[in-house]
Amino acid sequence: MAEKILMKGNEAIAHAAIRCGCDGYFGYPITPQSEIMETLMEEQPWETTGMVVLQAESETSSINMIYGGACCGKKVMTSSSSPGVSLMCEGLSYLAGAELPCLVVNVVRGGPGLGTIQPGQGDYFQACKGGGHGDYKMVVLAPSSAQEMYDFVDLSFELAFKYRTPAMILADGVIGQMMETVELRPMKPRLTNEQIIDKYSSWATTGKTPDRKQNVVTSLALDSIIHEQLNNTLQAKYRKMEEDDVRFEEIMCDDAEHVIVAYGCMARICESTVEMARKEGIKLGLLRPITLFPFPTNEINRLVPQLKTMMSVELSAGQMVEDVRLAVNGRIPVNFFGRLGGIVPSPDEVFEAFKKAINK
Amino acid sequence: MDVNDIIKPENMVYSKTPVLTSTTMHYCPGCSHGTVHKLIAEVIDEMGIQEKTIGVSPVGCAVFAYNYVDIDWQQAAHGRAPAVATATKRLHPEKYVFTYQGDGDLASIGTAEIMHACNRGENIVVIFINNAIYGMTGGQMAPTTLLGMKTATTPYGRTKELHGSPLRITELLAQLEGTCYVTRQSVHNAASARKTKRAIRKAFENSALGKGTSFVEVVSTCNSGWKLSPVKANEWMVENMFPKYPVGDIKDL
Repeated sequence: MAEKILMKGNEAIAHAAIRCGCDGYFGYPITPQSEIMETLMEEQPWETTGMVVLQAESETSSINMIYGGACCGKKVMTSSSSPGVSLMCEGLSYLAGAELPCLVVNVVRGGPGLGTIQPGQGDYFQACKGGGHGDYKMVVLAPSSAQEMYDFVDLSFELAFKYRTPAMILADGVIGQMMETVELRPMKPRLTNEQIIDKYSSWATTGKTPDRKQNVVTSLALDSIIHEQLNNTLQAKYRKMEEDDVRFEEIMCDDAEHVIVAYGCMARICESTVEMARKEGIKLGLLRPITLFPFPTNEINRLVPQLKTMMSVELSAGQMVEDVRLAVNGRIPVNFFGRLGGIVPSPDEVFEAFKKAINK
Repeated sequence: MDVNDIIKPENMVYSKTPVLTSTTMHYCPGCSHGTVHKLIAEVIDEMGIQEKTIGVSPVGCAVFAYNYVDIDWQQAAHGRAPAVATATKRLHPEKYVFTYQGDGDLASIGTAEIMHACNRGENIVVIFINNAIYGMTGGQMAPTTLLGMKTATTPYGRTKELHGSPLRITELLAQLEGTCYVTRQSVHNAASARKTKRAIRKAFENSALGKGTSFVEVVSTCNSGWKLSPVKANEWMVENMFPKYPVGDIKDL
């Protein structure tokens, strides 16, 4: 039987990294996610799998270390929380522009500014709409349990390499700090340098051998025609992701007349709200986007004809709700409920807000 | 000896290293970058490490270094090359990894990255081109711009009161325990270019020995930015740059 261990969501990220064949972690401490690097340092994976772990001087530096590692075709990752991820946005733009795969974990806290160390979901726009400069997207996965924190590490790398793009795990302080049992998946070995050359020598800086041209990893293209082509390539990848890699979970949506859309820790809370509503005879369902980009637009589209209202519930002032409204396109009312400041609402608080909104 | 004799292989006295591509350089006539590129390419060729060398190019005039030196390159964000090189070297300890950075890139926006890479003693080589001005953006003040020097952003000359003094970052880096070799060179004549080549070779050899970070500053000219002819720029550099940035080894462990 697979090994199950009680651990924090953050610790699950670290164990998953070691066990899925990650080559390197480069990070900078910040609450509420410091356990990721602490666990890695304690585990000393360089002694076992050969994974490199390094504490950088800043988030700016961490993300650029990721850039270097990703250039080499290595599986590399970093993690941080909101203010730190803001510092990484320059690097994320370069990574996206240079078509490099990597994983960035953001255990979101309340903002703006230094904000609070309590949980938040106010980085949705930053994660899903760019954050850095230019027209780029990342694969964004939103775990709602410690097990998903674990499983999404491997999945993120898979998608990042499939599309040669940065992937982000957008968690929140609740999911990062919460302890749950986590099933450890079988160990995957790291790729050898020879395997990396076989798979990625068309672009990775593995060392220029006489049998191939030099590889140059760059996001620079001063020729307008070439630069537009590069952008079109990126956009084509994003459209492909929207076609092939949307992930979501539905609870009680089959007969639903109302649907709450919530991700991460709020999806867990709204699950209880759905149960409460059902007890009162209200046909409420829950749509939990697992990929925030690509967003489950088509699924919302499919649900709208059977629904009276939708409601986005977030630990923000209303960010994902904009994507829900774009998908609904004015056909039914889309309500919103959110708390700020690191306050996590209870299921009945959400239920009250829901009832108030539908009886308006 | 007529031309047919001259072109015979046995009479050849000089040839361009194949590590230097045949692409026409975009640098202004008289610029030091081309010479330093050539020296790096020759060192890579002579050490036989073309397959094992990864370069990290900066933002600035040398962003296109990858067009001229025929190895694998990573183009870094402004100032971040030492962080990029850190991970590359740690994940590929058997490779030779070097950054090539200008004064704005290394000594202004990238000070944190270069300080900490040197302090950790990353086994990388850093080539630092100091021409005391921002070339690519059109001649603005650099951290290494001399007092009194006129640039696009110091049209009346750099003053200590307004801008602070020129930053001798090479001396600072020599203080760090992670650096094993810190030297300042130039390429304004054949003798100095030969010395610089020896310094670059030594830096690459240190990297293989795992001695720590090797740092080679090259005091350079920027004719366009300085608004001087190539010959005048060399003279100006010797007269004005060398007193502030004296050439020679600062640290050699």
